[in-house]
Amino acid sequence: MITLKYFASLRDIAEKEEDSLDIENPITIDQLSDIISKTTPKMGAIIRGKKVLISVNEEMASADTIIHDGDEVAFLPPFSGGAK
Amino acid sequence: MSTTTDSKIRIQLEDFSVTDEIEVMKKVSRNIGGITTFLGTGREMSKGESITKLNFEHYPKMAEKKMEEIRVQSIKDFGIIDMSIIHRIGPIDIGENIVLIVAVGEHRAETFKACEWAIAELKRTTPIWKRETTSTGEVWVQDTP
Repeated sequence: MITLKYFASLRDIAEKEEDSLDIENPITIDQLSDIISKTTPKMGAIIRGKKVLISVNEEMASADTIIHDGDEVAFLPPFSGGAK
Repeated sequence: MSTTTDSKIRIQLEDFSVTDEIEVMKKVSRNIGGITTFLGTGREMSKGESITKLNFEHYPKMAEKKMEEIRVQSIKDFGIIDMSIIHRIGPIDIGENIVLIVAVGEHRAETFKACEWAIAELKRTTPIWKRETTSTGEVWVQDTP
């Protein structure tokens, strides 16, 4: 099982803060976005359009990063920390 | 989420004292000859709109990890003695403290450079998000204003 986390504006779009997904074999971020698209098309489109940063186990990931059972995948909108 | 002043990397709900944080860093070494600080505060106007409230959220653990990477890289690349980075989350009023960076070094030049790089890098790499409330509604800020 992998854990999916949605932050800030993406939480509003996904309409959830956290989700879990059973995977039989390791998958890529691209494959994960296909799975998400089936249940949340808007979220899938955002992931494919690269309008979001993705981390796996708190490290930045790319489209071909492999996700394994037990991993935590987070969807991160552009950051806005701090002041000017 | 630590709230003590012992840790040089902190994300906390509570406000911080700039003076206290500087005093903590002054005790790091007797060889400190220059200290540069950056303090980010909540401003009222954003893109022509008046803000009534700010709210910050972060990705726990990853945000602290990124801030520690910035601290370590600053020490290595600029030759400063040490750095602390404190960021508040949760609701923040206009004029309140948001983020503080304290860079201490033997001389001022490296602390100025390290401090400027660190705040830019924090905004680029650290998963912290700002939600602004204005008279027209609430919006997540998705660029670095």
